Amino acid sequence: MSALDVHELTKHFPATTGIVGSRGRVHAVDDVSFRLSPGRITALVGESGSGKSTVARLLVRLYAPTAGTIQLGERDVARDRSKRALRRYRAQVQMIFQDPFGSLNPAKTIHHHLARPLRIHGIVPDRDVDARVHELLETVGLVPPELVAAKYPHQLSGGQRQRVAIARALAVEPVVLLADEPTSMLDVSIRIGILNLMLRLKEERQLAFLYVTHDLASARYVADDILVMYAGQIVEQGPIEQVLAEPLHPYTQLLLSALQPGARLETRGQAGAAVDPKPGCRFVGRCPLAIDVCSQVTPALVEARTQQAARCHVRAPGVLQ
Amino acid sequence: MSAVATRTLVELRGLTVDYGSVRAVDGVDLEIRAGEIVGLAGESGCGKSTVANAVMQILRPPARLTGGSVLFRGDDLVGKSAEELRRYRWRNVAMVFQSAMNALNPVMRVGDQFVDAMKAHEHIDRKAALARAGELLETVGIDPSRLRSYPHELSGGMRQRVIIAIALSLSPELLILDEPTTALDVVVQREILQQIEELQRDFGFAVLFITHDLSLLVEFADRIAIMYAGEIVELAEAERLHDEPQHPYTRGLMASFPPLSGPVTRLVGIPGAPPDLADPPAGCRFHPRCPLCVPQEPLYRRQLTERPALREVEPGHLVACHLAGRTA
Repeated sequence: MSALDVHELTKHFPATTGIVGSRGRVHAVDDVSFRLSPGRITALVGESGSGKSTVARLLVRLYAPTAGTIQLGERDVARDRSKRALRRYRAQVQMIFQDPFGSLNPAKTIHHHLARPLRIHGIVPDRDVDARVHELLETVGLVPPELVAAKYPHQLSGGQRQRVAIARALAVEPVVLLADEPTSMLDVSIRIGILNLMLRLKEERQLAFLYVTHDLASARYVADDILVMYAGQIVEQGPIEQVLAEPLHPYTQLLLSALQPGARLETRGQAGAAVDPKPGCRFVGRCPLAIDVCSQVTPALVEARTQQAARCHVRAPGVLQ
Repeated sequence: MSAVATRTLVELRGLTVDYGSVRAVDGVDLEIRAGEIVGLAGESGCGKSTVANAVMQILRPPARLTGGSVLFRGDDLVGKSAEELRRYRWRNVAMVFQSAMNALNPVMRVGDQFVDAMKAHEHIDRKAALARAGELLETVGIDPSRLRSYPHELSGGMRQRVIIAIALSLSPELLILDEPTTALDVVVQREILQQIEELQRDFGFAVLFITHDLSLLVEFADRIAIMYAGEIVELAEAERLHDEPQHPYTRGLMASFPPLSGPVTRLVGIPGAPPDLADPPAGCRFHPRCPLCVPQEPLYRRQLTERPALREVEPGHLVACHLAGRTA
């Protein structure tokens, strides 16, 4: 059973290129499908500009998708517009942002940040709000809660602030938690603590987690499944241990080899967003395995091994239409 | 190590830098030998960039060098005139900053920016300067025709490589890299590191490499210094530091990077957060976060009250911990 079912999700943005401003469209997210399941962490991995953060923003409905569906339970929420519908959706799908400095109001106490969602969504009766705020702080390891609740954001360290952001997301008792690079702005010694907290929440609360990151090692540390994005598309997906041990897509292989000590890269160049992409594989310009068909036909995501799929004519050939 | 690599190029003696009443760097001793790559690792606010700025002599108020000396080939830079320092910078030492790719002038062609840097420091005509710039671009893997490009026509990774090439245009003896690849994607990061390594082999300059990413240094540096709260707490050859870290902070840092292969075991990281340097802890600055600082420890009093000195526990391996050399 999946908590969130994403089908052929697509988001195009208008792009202005060149001095005269010829209009194109950036295919930030193109034909992206996956599922998030309770008690599982799915890592969404890619380089800057690959579209991974746009996926997270689409899922929390900060952007409206160009096409595709986002199914929560029985409902497709992709085209919901009313305030009430969106509020109901966001009570179940919460997001943690990268910047724990920018996502908290400097003029309000920690208590305020956690009490607000409890009241807005009517999670507990007013008289129980304080107790629940303390409970949430304890859940994320901020003790003693009475002391922390009275503080202002600037009195906390980056790691503590990110814990507050997580507690705030948990306040509304969501089913799905989206974390967009939640540790990348934190110091190295603090990061593991946040990742461990994610693991504990996954187990204790059976949350369906999407962990958006560019860091493959931390993805392997917390995640059960992986989605690899390149230029707006998922190019490989599957159980993370399996994918990292035996990657199918040449791009996944490139990412992995870039992280091997002493590695010499053969593939050059860099990823970019796809502006009005032509048919064909978006990795073709950098691919050491490219054959003729790669620059003519867009490869589909094909399950070439059990549970492991890739968009590659060579490594995961499908039936050509 | 070759005979060349044993000559001392830069030596910091008791370097102390204050930002107002906050002591950001507190008595740092560090030697950089000709032709070697020294890594300086630590978390934000530990003082590693301030050390780099002191070596480059570009500390600006409120930062003030309040103690110690910075020797270049035995010559103290502290107290030199502005003109002497201007000649020293770039000719002897060049620096690449984290977001250096944004340091290029957006309305000037890449080639002209090379010419500017070279003309500011030596007598060279435009044609010769452009010829050398073209060669340098090639060595960092960029087509020399890009000399005619404007910065916005280049990707972030290419701009960062242009900056590295400009930094090398005056053949400095020391290249300081302050988080040179942090803002870049992993594949580009790997490419740039490969090129720096090749250039370093060909030109033989020394490198002071500053980063928070210890795993990168283990691969790249000859020696590594670990900074915590304004002090160097451990210094050793890269391989030794990786295989036998002695300081509990270094060990904690090592245990903060999950591996990409092998078994996935639960890591612990380091509890707590780095201290506020306006009010650093007494005794060992790491003691509030240290797993070895417990009341049962016979040296507990000393840990809480006495600052441990950086001392040699093995030849070339220095550690600032009361317990170093005693625990395995």
